[in-house]
Amino acid sequence: MANFSTNEFKAGLKIMLDGEPCNILENEYVKPGKGQAFNRVKIRKLISGKVLEKTFRSGESFEGADVLDTELAYLYSDGEFYHFMNNETFEQIAADEKAVGDNKKWLVENDECTLTLWNGTPITVTPPNFVELEITETDPGLKGDTAGTGGKPATLTTGAVVRVPLFVQTGEVIKVDTRTGEYVSRVQK
Amino acid sequence: MKELWKPTTTHNGRQARAWLLRTIREFFYQRQVLEVDTPILSHGTVTDVHLAAFSCRFDHSVTGAPQTLYLQTSPEYAMKRLLCAQSGPIYQIIKAFRHEGAGRWHNPEFTMLEWYRPGFDHHQLMDEMDALLQETLKTSSAQRFTYQEVFVQYLNLDPLIATDAQVARCVAEQGIDMVGELPDRDSQLQLLFSIAIEPNIGQQNPCFVYSFPASQAALARLNSQDPRVADRFEVYFKGAELANGFYELAEPGEQRQRFMQDNALRAQHGLPQLPLDEHFLAALESGLPECSGVALGIDRLLMLMLDAQHIEEVINFPVHRA
Repeated sequence: MANFSTNEFKAGLKIMLDGEPCNILENEYVKPGKGQAFNRVKIRKLISGKVLEKTFRSGESFEGADVLDTELAYLYSDGEFYHFMNNETFEQIAADEKAVGDNKKWLVENDECTLTLWNGTPITVTPPNFVELEITETDPGLKGDTAGTGGKPATLTTGAVVRVPLFVQTGEVIKVDTRTGEYVSRVQK
Repeated sequence: MKELWKPTTTHNGRQARAWLLRTIREFFYQRQVLEVDTPILSHGTVTDVHLAAFSCRFDHSVTGAPQTLYLQTSPEYAMKRLLCAQSGPIYQIIKAFRHEGAGRWHNPEFTMLEWYRPGFDHHQLMDEMDALLQETLKTSSAQRFTYQEVFVQYLNLDPLIATDAQVARCVAEQGIDMVGELPDRDSQLQLLFSIAIEPNIGQQNPCFVYSFPASQAALARLNSQDPRVADRFEVYFKGAELANGFYELAEPGEQRQRFMQDNALRAQHGLPQLPLDEHFLAALESGLPECSGVALGIDRLLMLMLDAQHIEEVINFPVHRA
């Protein structure tokens, strides 16, 4: 992988830092007329997800990170790994529990997810912004209670728990925003 | 891509530049400071470890051998040669070049105003700078602090007596997360200044900071009362470093020594050695009058006049459209 000087830093560039691939979010060049120049950089560590402010000495070079995003369809989980397939090449890739993390509750068969691969291995799995899932369990809403008291919890097939309006019932399919974990609407079957 | 032929300035911005240049010329005409012209290409260049010059090849030198010429980072050496030739007070508005990245406050090619005042010390030159800023920026008179005072006020750190460990601790206390090590104490002080002091000074009116540590003297003389500091000043306004001035070092032996120290430091940093400007050193041998001089970034001054957020708003064709 190529090396990148701080002069080439810009949003979206991925470099290795402390052995972890990082995505540069913002870069500001600070240069006193007489004296050392610096780059003040906001980065996201791609494995831990942490966002950090780092200060670099300008002119230093860092190894680029071989990181790429790819769209793959979710197939199934074998309990240890989550299997995805490229719908064009039919190539399959397995992501481990760590890469999937909390997003496992949004994995729906055949949905296209974004897998971030580092040296060919998935490090994060991002589900589509919206998924449709069936409710397996929720309290029957009390009749006449339409005051919109914030709804009630509903458990979905994947185990995710989402707050839904009182009129939504077990067995219905709902649309959920995976970025916020919030109910969007009912889906007509 | 189609849009790249277009200037990044507005007509209003171009008018402001024209007004500013006219006002500066009138300012110096009234004060009987002579406008001069010096070369952009030179055989010698600046040895400062933190400055990088563009270079190019000249195939038609008198010797016939290809020669390296440098685009000047400031007209300082050439203007001092004029002073040594009894030019009297002089100023120049010129393009200067620095081989470094572009940014909010930076374009590798920029416009510089530089002037020299025989018989002035740095405080008298600060007075004159203040008058020019008041005329162009419509500000009130500038504040003045020593380098030591601003460090004590904003960081509770005395840069002249603190140990290296105390300076390093101060960097950590500011929450500055460095990747790798800073090479020396001055770099740490410069980082602290840029991050913790510069954003806090000169917000209402311009602010002069003077008496920099002797290790950051550049081409300033050391203070005759307190040799721990140099008679160097900088001007800050609204987060921008606007100008840098010196009560000029006139002693040729010390000047040569500082150039050689720079080259030694360059070697430590793995940077190439640079040829000293021998014409400049020879001029100092013949005698530089006691004088002060200062360089001011015209593009930054324009940004502040126009409340521009990026230097591209005041440069017609910044480097990526040049």
